[in-house]
Amino acid sequence: MKQDPKIKRYHRLPLRSIGVLAAVFSIMMASLAFRTGDNGTSDGSSRLTDKKDSVASVKAFMKVYKVLISPRCMNCHPAGDAPLQGDDNHTHTMNVVRGPDGKGMYAAKCSNCHQPANAPGLHTPPGNPKWQLPPADMKMVFQGKTARQLALQIMNYNLNGHKNKEQLIEHARDTLVKAGWDMGEGRTPPPMAYADFVKTWDEWIKKGGYAPK
Amino acid sequence: MISLIVNQKTYSVDADPNMPLLWVIRDIIGLTGTKYGCGVAQCGACVVHMNGDAVRSCVTKVSRAEGKEIVTIEGLSANNDHPAQLAWQEIDVPQCGYCHSGQLMSAAVLLRDNPNPTDEDIDIAMSGNICRCGTYLRIRKAIHLAAEIQKKKTPANS
Repeated sequence: MKQDPKIKRYHRLPLRSIGVLAAVFSIMMASLAFRTGDNGTSDGSSRLTDKKDSVASVKAFMKVYKVLISPRCMNCHPAGDAPLQGDDNHTHTMNVVRGPDGKGMYAAKCSNCHQPANAPGLHTPPGNPKWQLPPADMKMVFQGKTARQLALQIMNYNLNGHKNKEQLIEHARDTLVKAGWDMGEGRTPPPMAYADFVKTWDEWIKKGGYAPK
Repeated sequence: MISLIVNQKTYSVDADPNMPLLWVIRDIIGLTGTKYGCGVAQCGACVVHMNGDAVRSCVTKVSRAEGKEIVTIEGLSANNDHPAQLAWQEIDVPQCGYCHSGQLMSAAVLLRDNPNPTDEDIDIAMSGNICRCGTYLRIRKAIHLAAEIQKKKTPANS
């Protein structure tokens, strides 16, 4: 059967236009996604779609590093088996030790003194329901680590408490991490506001989790 | 009203939820064997057991203790015959005695968790209990003796 040339022409033109429009739309969407990457949705997976950028990532980690080695973070990530105390990182008094699960031993368990919330007064025991050190089989030491060593350790699934990138991003929101900025009277907070820390931590990981040289 | 289980007895106490457990035990319930030392969890005089842990009752809010099993020095044994108490008497450990309720409660947790403690285990468990009379060497000796007494009392665990 012979087709009417007018009808044939009518079908051809829209198909070309749709193809062109689809291509333009795809480019626009890709461009939009690239621009809004950092401010995307709150779930970890979409945040990890950022483009890798080793320079920006390392720059962010160097800011994060200053927080990690501040007393409020490092005191519970000691090189030995005793926690540290104070702004001078002295060994915790009372001879307390990590124990297998990181929660102390015998009559010297962390939560025997460290309550679910800070005790009132100067230099009284700070508190959190999760108060503990990393466990003995995954010590996650911060003390004495260079920026490169610490970045590599944190990004290593077998050394970081078995966390993938999404879980690392969530870890910055952990209530025990956040407690580092509210440790009670007489304790200097980390050298960056908590919200800025979370943003910088995310940036380090999302841009590739690179370690400084 | 807050419901507390102390030495296997249930008490209903009218107390501010933020009140230290120590005040409730001593001033409301009337069990004065547990002592006030520093008030900031630094000395160990106020140690009681809460669900088996040697908590410092001076910084533990009574609200945290609600519904949990609290044991004070008065409830450590029926006849003052806990192995640690027997050993303390045998060695004549205390001098002024003020800190020894807390010392005994900490030692009891150690002996439960580790029936054969070494000197190092004793140091780990007991270093948070301060004694200004300096009875530390007798405390260590008594804990070793208590371990022996405990073994004889419970041969299955030896």
